[in-house]
Amino acid sequence: MKRALISLCAMALLGAAKADRIELNDRCPASFRLLEDGTCELVTLYSAYSSPANHGGVRAHISPPAKRYTPKEIDLGRYLFFDPVLSVNGTMSCASCHDPAKGFSDGRKRAVGRGELERAAPTLWNVAFADKYMWDGRAATLEEQAAMPLYSPKEMGATPESVERALRAAPAYRDLFNQAFGQLPTAELASVALAAFESSLISLNSRYDRYAHGDESALSEQEIRGFNAFRGFVARCSQCHIPPLFTDFELAVVGAPADDQGHEDAGAGALSDDPSLYGAFKTPTLRNISRTAPYFQAGQFGTLKEVVEFYNDTRGHAAPQGKPLKIHWHVHMTEGPELSEEDVSDIAAFLLALEDETLSPEIPSRLPSELQQNVRQGMATSGGLK
Amino acid sequence: MKNQNHLKYAFVMLPVLLAACSGGGETKQEAKQEESAQASASPEGAAGPREIVVEEGGSIQAAVNEAKSGDTIIVKPGVYKQSVYIDKPNITLRGLRDGDRWAVLDGETVKNDGIIASGHSTVIDGFYVKGYKGNGIMTQGANNFQILNNHVEGAFYGIFPQYGRNGLVKGNTVTGSEDAGIYVGMSDNIDVLENVAYGNVMGLEFENTRNALMARNHIYGNASGIALTIVPGLPVKDAYSQVIKDNKIEKNNIENFAPSSSIAAGVPSGVGIIVVGPDDITIENNEIAGNDNVGVLVTDLLTFGLSNDPKVDPYSDGIKIMKNTWRDNGDNLSGMLGGMIAAASRSGVEILSMGKDRDSCLLAEDGVDALGVDQWTACDPSMTKATFDTAMIKDGAEEPVYSPEQKGRLTYLAVCTGCHAYDSVLHGPSVESIKALYADNPEGLVQYAANPVRKREDFPEMPAQSYLGDDVLTQIADYILYDLGE
Ligand code: HEC
Ligand code: HEC
Ligand code: HEC
Repeated sequence: MKRALISLCAMALLGAAKADRIELNDRCPASFRLLEDGTCELVTLYSAYSSPANHGGVRAHISPPAKRYTPKEIDLGRYLFFDPVLSVNGTMSCASCHDPAKGFSDGRKRAVGRGELERAAPTLWNVAFADKYMWDGRAATLEEQAAMPLYSPKEMGATPESVERALRAAPAYRDLFNQAFGQLPTAELASVALAAFESSLISLNSRYDRYAHGDESALSEQEIRGFNAFRGFVARCSQCHIPPLFTDFELAVVGAPADDQGHEDAGAGALSDDPSLYGAFKTPTLRNISRTAPYFQAGQFGTLKEVVEFYNDTRGHAAPQGKPLKIHWHVHMTEGPELSEEDVSDIAAFLLALEDETLSPEIPSRLPSELQQNVRQGMATSGGLK
Repeated sequence: MKNQNHLKYAFVMLPVLLAACSGGGETKQEAKQEESAQASASPEGAAGPREIVVEEGGSIQAAVNEAKSGDTIIVKPGVYKQSVYIDKPNITLRGLRDGDRWAVLDGETVKNDGIIASGHSTVIDGFYVKGYKGNGIMTQGANNFQILNNHVEGAFYGIFPQYGRNGLVKGNTVTGSEDAGIYVGMSDNIDVLENVAYGNVMGLEFENTRNALMARNHIYGNASGIALTIVPGLPVKDAYSQVIKDNKIEKNNIENFAPSSSIAAGVPSGVGIIVVGPDDITIENNEIAGNDNVGVLVTDLLTFGLSNDPKVDPYSDGIKIMKNTWRDNGDNLSGMLGGMIAAASRSGVEILSMGKDRDSCLLAEDGVDALGVDQWTACDPSMTKATFDTAMIKDGAEEPVYSPEQKGRLTYLAVCTGCHAYDSVLHGPSVESIKALYADNPEGLVQYAANPVRKREDFPEMPAQSYLGDDVLTQIADYILYDLGE
């Protein structure tokens, strides 16, 4: 490692490309095309469909996210995402809690930073389409979001100064930031690169999508039944988890139970004096939901079937008592279950068809900081191919 | 597929079909055509639209699965205890009617929804739909749809087009809906014409809908006749340009029976038209009579008590009420709304405005009895929509047109590159190696992509890409073999 460091320093000093030097990718990630302005734009079959903005449906139009990044920004973000160099003591990376092998979540009820946090780590698949971030929607952009775990004393514990210092102290990063931005590393540029990388995490080619594009054989009979119940007006799942993204990015109160430690999370209600937001959370995407158990903002449910059973029971049945929750009108079981048991199983089965991890990024085999990364090696790329 | 043997298909060319289904009493003639058509139908590659007939007791879904874009499915009179889902474009689903005998879809109060269609240009015509726990007839994201001449009874929403661009809802009868009989949600360019709605919580509703027309409908005996709303917290954040004309809106006074969970539970009864939040609304030349609390109620989201959405303008602006006929409205006050009107020592109110609406107007010469309209102005007669006869798009909503090359490239990028990198192994072999394997053999490449077979032990299986169609695959093959890397 020392040798590598020395050679990297030498390289930085000489400004010459050595064999060891990391070259940032100048090609866009798979499923993106390079535009003339040098940025990468997502290409999806959904862009070929016609519908007004924000319409849902099976063949609804998806516009590529308006914010675009260069191939090098995206690639730099990939290194940063997996590199614990950003955290205060060099032990925690974004991937510690957003592990690609676990659907960019961590398999826990609540994420663990320096101690257990109050909420679960959400998936990052398709995160570029959102217009608000976090369970309570408190961040408006990915750049703004990235600063939150970085500088939270409960998570990565860094400061903008410590991030900048650590990156500038790593010769490889001086070179990489130079390649991507033509500048020395700054904390702000690190956030941009992280956002760039996250915007490449696209999952729109599941078996469900093949069905949507016209391949009737892509789903089993049970999955088709499940989809029909999912979009039907007893379950109403698709009214909030709207296809094709399987979310509307809106805040909604569904009446979630307190977590297993009795903690009641006010969600967006804690940030607003609007009483109707008490207990409201951002509708999460259901893409790759098979990969991210347990479910809900603090892991209240272990399986998808339990989630569907929750929705199928009397509205508000599990909600903390004594709170004037304004549960969303589309959560509407007024007197116990109305979906048949078969519907419940079918919906849970359908949700598995939303799995597609073909565009999983390559985990860097070597980190520019030369630190050890602490995510499992080896990609979970098989998921999308079943 | 179990049901397939219940189903008798007849493949008839379109002209024959048109002849066959105009007017009643040709069952025999049809049957004859069926036989001859069946005898001559070539199952593969039969070009042109076909007619598929579902005999009483057969599976409508099996016919939908069999149908191709452009086909018409004729459902014979009889009872069908089924749900139907249509996820392909240009399918016409037509129920035949023989006097009182309809093609009945019966959910027996155990099934979820009657019909859900997502395909563009779906036509749903002539069904008697009853006994569903969810909706009677729903479209989701279908453009250019038509929902015609159906009778829907006792659903949550009777007829509910959602996320549609350009659609027609005409000649239907809806009753017993726990919310709106006909509910147009988050849609654009919709005509709702000549329907009958009675015994619903609300007769007809436009929610977060833009450019829409409601005309010549008969709306009576609901809790509330027509609702024009903007609902917060939905992905579509506005509602505007709606024309409500030539309707008969009478005696909408029944008790509101919506479940307490729904927004509809907050709708007052005894109201002809309730406006909550949309902009640029014309209410013209309707007959509004016998609605016990008020003829037209204009309010806003805040007064109505719906949650705040920072992206939604909660006020009803630009409401134009002109040239309507008013009779006996507001004469039998009841409930909270009636109490409020009574508290103002008024009755017989035709128009009540309760919000902070701007730019609304009345036609002075109408001499309507109105309350809360101090800030309203006089409508200019030139605002009339008397000659406005459709909100639909003249030639239909178009799909974007791509040249075959564009489609090929787009699909290559959107689908193939997820597994095939140009010069390295991703999930499948590199495109370079594919180019070498299929040099000057685009047909071979198309064949493989459409029906992949296992070749490499250590690779996963490639999913068949036949759903993309041969044309697109051919373009992709040409692109890979002749353009890429050149
Ligand atoms: C200690 C675990 C942990 C680490 C480390 C971590 N996150 Fe998170 N992440 C979470 C949790 C928990 C949430 C949800 C927090 C909330 O809603 O209050 C979250 C939320 C997010 C979201 C919002 C997703 C959405 O759909 O709203 C994004 C984006 C994200 N993290 C990216 C990152 C990035 C980039 C990094 C590295 C700079 C990172 N995270 C580091 C645990 C972590
Ligand atoms: C009113 C909008 C709404 C409806 C209707 C709705 N959901 Fe949700 N869904 C949400 C919200 C909000 C959450 C987050 C709740 C929380 O964490 O407390 C959620 C969470 C979930 C999750 C967990 C996601 C995760 O990453 O942890 C699943 C799975 C889910 N919903 C499935 C469904 C199914 C299946 C249905 C239909 C039976 C349904 N939802 C109906 C809004 C809705
Ligand atoms: C989900 C991943 C995936 C997608 C999407 C995919 N392929 Fe493949 N493809 C594979 C795999 C895996 C193989 C290797 C299969 C084998 O050898 O058994 C393969 C092999 C091939 C081959 C080599 C055939 C041979 O004779 O060796 C061709 C040609 C091909 N794919 C074309 C395409 C085209 C064109 C598309 C887009 C329309 C496409 N593939 C989309 C995974 C995929």
